[in-house]
Amino acid sequence: MKMTKVEQKTIPLNGDEAVAYAVKQCDVDVVAAYPITPQTIIVEKFSEYVANGEVDTEFVCVESEHTAMTCSITAAATGARTFTATASAGLALMHEMLGVASGSRMPIVMSVVNRALSAPLNIHCDHADSMAQRDLGWIQMYAENSQEAYDSIIQAFKIAENLEVQLPIMVGIDGFVLSHTLENVTVLPDETVKKFVGIRQIPHVMNHRGEIVPFKLDPEKPLTLGPVALQDYYFEHKRQQEEAMKKALKVIKQVHNEYAKQSGRSYGNALVEAYRLEDAEIVTVCIGSTAGTIKTVVDDLREKGIKAGLLRLRTFRPVPVEDIISNLSGKKAVAVMDRSSSFGGNGGPIFIEIRHALYDVSDSPKVVNYIYGLGGRDTRPIMIESIYKDLQNIAKTGQIENKIQFVGLRE
Amino acid sequence: MSPQKKNWKEIPIAGVCWVPSTDYKTGDWRSYKPIWNIEKCIRCMNCHIFCPEGAVTYNEEQNVMVYDYDFCKGCGICANECPAKAIEMVMEGKE
Repeated sequence: MKMTKVEQKTIPLNGDEAVAYAVKQCDVDVVAAYPITPQTIIVEKFSEYVANGEVDTEFVCVESEHTAMTCSITAAATGARTFTATASAGLALMHEMLGVASGSRMPIVMSVVNRALSAPLNIHCDHADSMAQRDLGWIQMYAENSQEAYDSIIQAFKIAENLEVQLPIMVGIDGFVLSHTLENVTVLPDETVKKFVGIRQIPHVMNHRGEIVPFKLDPEKPLTLGPVALQDYYFEHKRQQEEAMKKALKVIKQVHNEYAKQSGRSYGNALVEAYRLEDAEIVTVCIGSTAGTIKTVVDDLREKGIKAGLLRLRTFRPVPVEDIISNLSGKKAVAVMDRSSSFGGNGGPIFIEIRHALYDVSDSPKVVNYIYGLGGRDTRPIMIESIYKDLQNIAKTGQIENKIQFVGLRE
Repeated sequence: MSPQKKNWKEIPIAGVCWVPSTDYKTGDWRSYKPIWNIEKCIRCMNCHIFCPEGAVTYNEEQNVMVYDYDFCKGCGICANECPAKAIEMVMEGKE
């Protein structure tokens, strides 16, 4: 299919509005959501679209996030295209049902507006909420800005619903930093998005009577979804989920490239974005909005002749191991930035993945970890500069003084 | 259950009912077994109505209550609800 760039318009939207706008264009059948700061605007805005008759979506006003997810699973099970959104405590409350969604292979798209977990109570950005859910079989993508949030939501439906994938996706956007900050967002025409996401494809499966039937709840062709599977079959189903994640690596790229042809916008190779990395010697790795700040710092350092670079993970689940290796092997020193702590762990969640991926590489760089920005602590260019300064020392001496450090913290 | 178990590539995704849940004989962890007394029973059907597993049915032809011990977990609700005291809970192996 040949695609040509279409006429687009640029409108001021904050991150939440950008997400709601994308969902509006994606021909979604069911939205079940409960408002929670800083995701509230998504639910408010989408309710407005429903009230105004701008969308043909069933909006279910639920009493909790646990129900929001249950409702999304059951709606998706009937073949409906389904969206929900949450943050922080809301995501934590969904925990049980997140595993049901992925185990039942429901292609739900969820926007997670990343916010710290209690206690103490905090409504601001860090990644503790979604990182705590990283082993539950959901694809996880993180946007750098509101434009990417808009683009990623549209792509997410197509990735999740791909017949080889059939997995739920959470798209993370940084609370307040993106969710409540106005940005110029370029949007595609409604018709283009509708055509791009298309009609939800339903795979076919064999039922226990040996008949091939559509994988959805349909009274005409009855099917039992998610019954008990004990010692004899549970393990096999989990292996299937691993395979779907592996397939997702390929599909995320395909959908991203197809979208890029229409919109003219792309984000690295869809899985990772390498910024001034080719000849870089010292590199930071991060996810989310902090990448924007880091890019500015990298540019400043480059002006001074310092070979700094950035690797932004756009996709965190599945982990793009090959891209991590190809982009980071041969570098001198790498600082992985984690906006969440794995208390008592050997570094933050992203650090663990990056360092682990580089273990088998012969020219593996020195890798250190910086925990930053917890509870919305502002991450300023001067802090990033200090990290690069540390990396310069590590590159020069080959010595790591502290493997895991905290940046922007009063010591 | 089929004697030759399928591998992960052969079974449908998402736990679609490949093995019917009735293939799992979930009654095998029962400690107490309900023993029905044909003499005392007044056929009120309380045991059938209250059984959370649907493990008690009525055989109309023979006019008897039938206990499916493959799925009865020995909760004792039937014995508790029985107005005629026609069901006795007996330790497994001692009946």
